[in-house]
Amino acid sequence: MRTRRAARAGQYLALLAYLVFLAFPFLWLLSTAFKPPRELGSLHPTWIPKDPTLANFRQAFDEQPLLDALFNSLVAAVGAAVVAVLIATPLAYVIARRRSLLSRAATGWVVVSQAFPFVLVIIPLFLVLKNLRLIDSVPGLIMVYVVWALPFALWMLVGYVRAVPPELEEAAAVDGAGRARTLVSVTAPMLAPGIVATALFAFVTAWNEFFFALVLLKSPEKQTLPVVLTHFIGAEGVADLGPLAAAAFLATLPSLVIFAVIQKRITGGMLAGAVKS
Amino acid sequence: MRARVLVVVLLLLLTGCSSGGGRDDGRITLRFQSLAWQQESVEANKELVKEWNAVHPDIQVEYVQGSWDGVHDQLLTSFEGGEAPDIIHDASDDLADFAYGGYLADLTDLLSERLKADIPRRSWETTTFGDGVYGVPFLQEPRVLVANATWLKEAGVRVPTPEKPWTWAEFRAVTEELSGDGKYGVAWPLKEPVSATLNLSLSSGGRMFHRGPDGKVEIRFDDTDAVVPRTVHEQVNTDRSAAGSTLGMGGSDTLPGFFGGRYAMVPLGFSYRQQIVQQAPKGFDWQVLPAPAGADGLAQGVSPQTLSIAEDSPHQMQAAAFIDFMLRPENMVRLALGDWMLPTGTEALRDPALRTQKHDWATGTALAAHLRSAPAQSVRGYPEWKDKIATPALQEYYSGAIGLDELRERLVEDGNLVLARYQR
Repeated sequence: MRTRRAARAGQYLALLAYLVFLAFPFLWLLSTAFKPPRELGSLHPTWIPKDPTLANFRQAFDEQPLLDALFNSLVAAVGAAVVAVLIATPLAYVIARRRSLLSRAATGWVVVSQAFPFVLVIIPLFLVLKNLRLIDSVPGLIMVYVVWALPFALWMLVGYVRAVPPELEEAAAVDGAGRARTLVSVTAPMLAPGIVATALFAFVTAWNEFFFALVLLKSPEKQTLPVVLTHFIGAEGVADLGPLAAAAFLATLPSLVIFAVIQKRITGGMLAGAVKS
Repeated sequence: MRARVLVVVLLLLLTGCSSGGGRDDGRITLRFQSLAWQQESVEANKELVKEWNAVHPDIQVEYVQGSWDGVHDQLLTSFEGGEAPDIIHDASDDLADFAYGGYLADLTDLLSERLKADIPRRSWETTTFGDGVYGVPFLQEPRVLVANATWLKEAGVRVPTPEKPWTWAEFRAVTEELSGDGKYGVAWPLKEPVSATLNLSLSSGGRMFHRGPDGKVEIRFDDTDAVVPRTVHEQVNTDRSAAGSTLGMGGSDTLPGFFGGRYAMVPLGFSYRQQIVQQAPKGFDWQVLPAPAGADGLAQGVSPQTLSIAEDSPHQMQAAAFIDFMLRPENMVRLALGDWMLPTGTEALRDPALRTQKHDWATGTALAAHLRSAPAQSVRGYPEWKDKIATPALQEYYSGAIGLDELRERLVEDGNLVLARYQR
C-alpha cells in the first residue's frame, strides 16, 4: 500500500516537473514582456518584474502593424486548417477502408513527401504561384499551407478512420441506413476528435510558419505574425528583447485560447463502450 | 445546408484577401526593401523615402520592410521568380553569390561621381566582385572594446586611445591584471567565431585567404594569422582572464555579466552602444576603447551594410538616383545615427554629430580610417568553409579542446579541399 502511494506521488511529481518544463518558456516570455530595459540587462533576473511596465507592448504596437499581422495569421491558419481537413477527410476514409495497392502507394508517398525541405521547394513553388498570380496574396499562402500540411493531416486521419470499427457501419447498414446516412450519423461523429486534432495540427503549422510567408508576401499589410516578429531582430541575432517578448506573448494567445476551447473535443472518448468485443 | 454555408465562407475568405493588383497611372514606382529594424533607423529610412517622394512625384518609392532573418533565401527566391525589389538593402558579405549569379546590377556606370568620390576605395572593395561594383557600402561598424570605466580607473591600467591603442600582448597583460576572484578581464562573445577572428586578425597582418595569379584562392595559416586566436586561447585556458562560459554566447548575452561587474571588458560591435545605453544600470560608467593593434595597426575587417539594384529592375537609373539621394552626406548621418553605426562617406564622417564624446561616437569615428573589407567575403566556398570547417575548429581551439597545430591543419588542409570544389 505504502509502495503504491509512493509510486503515485512519484508520478505526480514527474507530471509537475514536466508541466514546469513546458510552461517555463512561456512564463519567461511573460515576465520579459513586462520588464523595463534595465531589468533585461540584470545579472540576477527575477521572475516577477521589479518595476513592471507596459512600455514594451506600446512600443511593439507603435513600431509594427501587429493587429493586421494577427488578422492575416488567423485568416491563413484557419483557412489552411479548414481546407486541409475538407480535402484530407474523404481521402483518408478511402485509403483506410479500401486497402488496395493504390492506397498503400498513397500512404508511402505521404511519408516520402515529408522529406522535402523548404529550401528545395520554395523556388519552383514561387514560380508556380507567380504564374497563378498568387504571389503576395493570402489565398496563395493558404494554398501553400494546405499542400504542406496535407500529407501529415492525411496520415493522421487515416489512423483515426481505422480506429472507427467497420462493424458499426455494417450495423447501421443492417438497420437500413444508406451509405450517406451511415457516414453522417455514425462515422462522422466518431471521427470528430480526429478531425479536430488534425485541424489543430494544420492550424498550428500555418500559425507558426515563417519562411513561406516571408518569401511569398511582399506587401507590409499582408504579412503574418511570424514575419512581423522578426522585424524586432537585427543582424547577427541582436534583438529588441522587450518589444519582441511583448509581441511574441500576444502572438501565442490565440493558439492558446483555441487549444483551451477545443481540447475537450480532442480528449473526449467517443469510442468508449461502442463495441463489445 | 451547413456544407453550402462553409463553401460560401471559404470562397469569401479566399476572394476577400486576394491581391488588389498594380496601379497604372503612368508614374514609376520603385520598391525599396529595407532591413532597418531599430525604431530610430526605421524612422530615418521612412522619413527619407517620404522626402524623396515629396519632390519626385513621377518616381515614387515604396518602402518595404524586410528582415535580416532569412534575407538571403528570400532574395534568392525573389530573384529567381523575377519579383525582386528594385533597391535592395543587404550586407556586403551576402552579395557575392548574387553578384556572381547576375542578379545584381553593376553600379559602375550608374552612380554619380559625387558618391563614388565620397566613399573611400577600401569601402568600395567590400562590394567589388570581379570587375563590377554590386552595392554601395554605406554603414559599417568596427569591433570595439566596451569597458567598465570605473574598474579600469581603479585598477590603474593605461586606458588606450585610437592614437595609442593597446598591443595584443598589452591587452593580454591588462586582462590578466584585471582578473581574479571569479571576475574576468574580458568576456569574448564568440558564438560566431569566424568573422570576429578573421576581421580582428587584419590588425596583426593576418590574411588567411591568398589569391594567386590564376585567380584561385588558397588558405594559409601563418604566424600573423595566429596572433588573435592565440591571444583568446591563452586568455581562456592559461591566464583565466577571459570567461570560458561566454565563448558560445552572442554579444547581448554578455551584457548582464558586464553590467553586474563580472567582466571588465566585452568586445562588441560599435552599435551595441544603443543596448548598453538602454540597459546599463543607473550610474554605470562605461566607455568605448579601440580593439588592440598589431603589426598593421588598428586595421580590421568589416562587412558594411549595402544598397544594391536588381539586375531585372527596369528603372536602374532612377533607382541609382534614389540611392544617391539616400546617401547624401546629411542623409548618411541620419542613417548612421539611427543605426548607431559609422557611415562610410568621408563627408558624413566629418559631421559634428558623429564626432561628439557622447556615447563615444568620436572613438568609433577615429577608427573608420582603419576599416577594410572583411577577408574572404568574395571567396566562393567561404560560407561552407566557415560553417563546416572554421566554426567548429575555432570553437574547439578557444575552449581548449584542440591545440594550435590541429587548428591550423583543419583550417588549411580541410579548408582547401572545400575551396577546391568551388574553383575547378
